[in-house]
Amino acid sequence: MTQVPSIAEEQTAKSSSSSKSVKLRIAKYNPEHDGESKFMEFSIPYERWTTVLEAILKVKKHFDHSVAVRYSCRQATCGSCGMIINGKPRLACFTKISELDSDVVTVEPMNNFPIIRDLAVRFERLFDTHNKVKPYLIREDSEIKSNEKEFLQSPEEVEQYIQFSNCIKCGLCNSACPTMATDSSFIGPQALAQAYRYVADSRDKGKDTRLKIIDESHGIWRCHFAGSCSQVCPKGVDPAMGIQFLRGYLLGFRS
Amino acid sequence: MVNKMRESIIMKIHYGTALAAVALVAVHVLMRLTQSFSESLEYANVIANYQFLPYAGMLEIILILLSIHGFNGLRVILLELKQGKKYEKAVSYGCVAAMVGLIAYGSRTIIMVNMGVV
Repeated sequence: MTQVPSIAEEQTAKSSSSSKSVKLRIAKYNPEHDGESKFMEFSIPYERWTTVLEAILKVKKHFDHSVAVRYSCRQATCGSCGMIINGKPRLACFTKISELDSDVVTVEPMNNFPIIRDLAVRFERLFDTHNKVKPYLIREDSEIKSNEKEFLQSPEEVEQYIQFSNCIKCGLCNSACPTMATDSSFIGPQALAQAYRYVADSRDKGKDTRLKIIDESHGIWRCHFAGSCSQVCPKGVDPAMGIQFLRGYLLGFRS
Repeated sequence: MVNKMRESIIMKIHYGTALAAVALVAVHVLMRLTQSFSESLEYANVIANYQFLPYAGMLEIILILLSIHGFNGLRVILLELKQGKKYEKAVSYGCVAAMVGLIAYGSRTIIMVNMGVV
């Protein structure tokens, strides 16, 4: 019977065949004990296809198992592994080391989120603001009864909101937002983009409710259109554009 | 009342006052170009400007527009700097009070000149 090599052995074998290595700097911080974060440095071999998440997992497996990192799908679908990589918010599983074009890769926890430990941050605020905008279809006949058709839409109607439904709630947009850094009550680009996703949906009847929710002193008007949210989104969502469209509704340019 | 006003209404006023102020300040700057800079600052010329009612009226409108726009801008900046119910209430009412105060002080100057007090 052929012995199947363990994942650890596979990775070690791959690592030894690699010709390149990168210095991986990981921010270590435990708010319960540490006054400030410090960086641990590791030399990690990598291939053309090695992602930052894989490098961090190598560190966890071979050097320091205490590194706290949140991850799940490893394919940019779950939105768990958001972090600051070389100064920019990115998904660790979606960022190849070879594409960073640097001998040093620095990973830090996302900005504008409370740190649990090391690279893991709390998502409560993001989920609270997301829930606040009622991210679901609002209409009286929302339940489809038997012998009824689905709520049909034309391709043009789908086009109005489809990119905004790609949001995976990774929090990168909120991390990049300069207003989120100073205004702890700001609703944030993620929630605003989701508000637009449902406002623009022809099946939805909750436009007025949602516009009222975002039309407050820490709502949509605190966005200064820096556009960094749209720049960092790994799924191609453009929250800045959604925010401008929502403003159009509130200013009476759209209906 | 300040806290209850919908933010979209406040921002419509904010954008509206900015647009109107740009137009009126342009007229104001053009009026200054009719004479040299030092000449326009001479006491007699300043008084004459205030006594010319259409121009004094325009200056009054500019004062109101810029006070509303400026103090709302300050309110927004202060709200983004710090959060808290009491603080936000103080900022909102403080900015309205300062705005009213500035308009009253500026209007007083125009009225006093026209009444011949100055």
